[in-house]
Amino acid sequence: MQIKAHVLRVGDDIDTDVIFPARYLSVLEPKEQARYAFEPYGESFQSRLTSSPAIVAGWNFGCGSSREHAVTCLMGLGIQLVVAKSFSRIFFRNAVNNGLAVVVCDLADRIQDDELISVNVAKGKADLAGGSFQFTPLAPPLLNILQHGGLWKTPRPSAGGQ
Amino acid sequence: MGQTSAEKIMSRIAGRTVSAGDFIEGCPDFTFSLDDGIGLVDRYFRLYGINKVRYPERIAVFFDHYAPADTPLHANIHGIGRVLCRRFGIDKLFEVGDGISHQVSIESGLVRPGQFVTNTDSHTITLGAVGAAGCGIGVAEMAYLWAHGVLWFQVPTALRVVINGRLTAGVYAKDLALTIVQRLSARGAIYQSIEYSGSVFDSLSISERMTLCNLGVEMGGKFAIAPIDAVTRAYYAHFSDQSVDDSTNADSDAHYAAHYQFDTAAVVPMVSSPHSVDNVAPVTDLPNTEIHQAFLGTCTNGRLDDLQAAAAVLKGKRIASGVRFIVTPASREVYKAAIETGALATLVDAGCVITTPGCGACAGIHQGVLAEGEACIASSSRNFLGRMGNKDARVFLGSPATVAASALTGRITDPRTILNAT
Repeated sequence: MQIKAHVLRVGDDIDTDVIFPARYLSVLEPKEQARYAFEPYGESFQSRLTSSPAIVAGWNFGCGSSREHAVTCLMGLGIQLVVAKSFSRIFFRNAVNNGLAVVVCDLADRIQDDELISVNVAKGKADLAGGSFQFTPLAPPLLNILQHGGLWKTPRPSAGGQ
Repeated sequence: MGQTSAEKIMSRIAGRTVSAGDFIEGCPDFTFSLDDGIGLVDRYFRLYGINKVRYPERIAVFFDHYAPADTPLHANIHGIGRVLCRRFGIDKLFEVGDGISHQVSIESGLVRPGQFVTNTDSHTITLGAVGAAGCGIGVAEMAYLWAHGVLWFQVPTALRVVINGRLTAGVYAKDLALTIVQRLSARGAIYQSIEYSGSVFDSLSISERMTLCNLGVEMGGKFAIAPIDAVTRAYYAHFSDQSVDDSTNADSDAHYAAHYQFDTAAVVPMVSSPHSVDNVAPVTDLPNTEIHQAFLGTCTNGRLDDLQAAAAVLKGKRIASGVRFIVTPASREVYKAAIETGALATLVDAGCVITTPGCGACAGIHQGVLAEGEACIASSSRNFLGRMGNKDARVFLGSPATVAASALTGRITDPRTILNAT
């Protein structure tokens, strides 16, 4: 999975109430959810999101609620990749299981806002303006789900009949 | 080498001995689905043509986030949930007014020590109060569990947190939990099992354990697990259940990624300030902080002892002019018990308004959304930007007694100043 995209840099502890406020949870289609992504940050931030297919964050991205909308609203916006120093557990699972590429890597301090980056998610290689950077790719079972486009699109093993 | 509680519980689910870091596939003992996600379960079923549920007996559905429905859209989603339950033979549907999933599943005895439970709600970690491993999952995963009866999980590493002592007067489980969040931070336990022990548990009720475990997710925890002990056994004895065993308590030689120790003697009333839960300080560090709304309820602190703690502060008094105080019992059982003990009458006499049992105002969906520029003192667990429905409002978090004391004065107030004066 090679993803080439302009970067939107965000800080630490970005929570799901900011990413997708709870009063819109009954909006079910990702394309419609996209309208409410990062609403508390205001319209100028929201317009940056639509032109930056990669988010690069600090620690603990996606903390708080289990709402899957926090992942699917970003996908509805056309976000292809989120890189963070660490993710909250449920956001991380939701991303992998919905096919949104996530990379756990300390890029935030190495790149500029709006920089163009190229990331090979499976091989663990990021090409930045300042040179190439290696990171540990996701564990094989998770990479497998991500490469199939999410949990529901991943074939179930037939052996064992379970 | 010994095992952590998480390793023991997940080994049973996996059907083999597993250790921290391992990936497993398995089916939780229960999986709970809530109204704020059930519309998406239906969407996944339509998208992938699913017309059968693998283990309907392991599923329960709760209407707690939109109860009662406040918009046609939310009402329709309740309708979708009722149809799904009928269609797939799911007999555990907890309706509008029954209460919050975490509360109902413990107070009814449905969830038992040593079980593994998933739910489309991050505060499922609260179930650790009875020695169960509870964690939140997403809705794609929920629909997948309904359909296939299995899901991947990773066995977490664990933190050992030892708490010794006894809570002093005017200091509550919430203050202890906030003290721990302050020390470990919002990212201090990401993807980890927080395993509690220590002498404090000798005097910590199941309700207080729920408050303690509930805040585990605000440090990033996957599980927060209290020891299974005499308090746990006494609790299940009420359900005529004498079979509680403590075999899923961690072994003494289990491996932990880190150890923390707390002494209750140093714990004082604490408040978390906007806009992150780990922004914690003693109540006395926030003098003259005006509030407009007080909110008592939620899976964190909406139980009988919480309502009683607030009633003890408010007895014979009136809340400050210009302050509204919203009380949302965590369940119908809590509501009923608060009527029977007289706590509810005390709260109403003091000027509180009581709403339908459920999640209430916590997530900013309904029943107490804030206006621009307002501040709320809440017994809930989150104060993120926009959390209670308005990005230009501020949410402070404290114990039920701190919430009540602050409603009395109109400013964030140490409850001991009220309790000691009466």
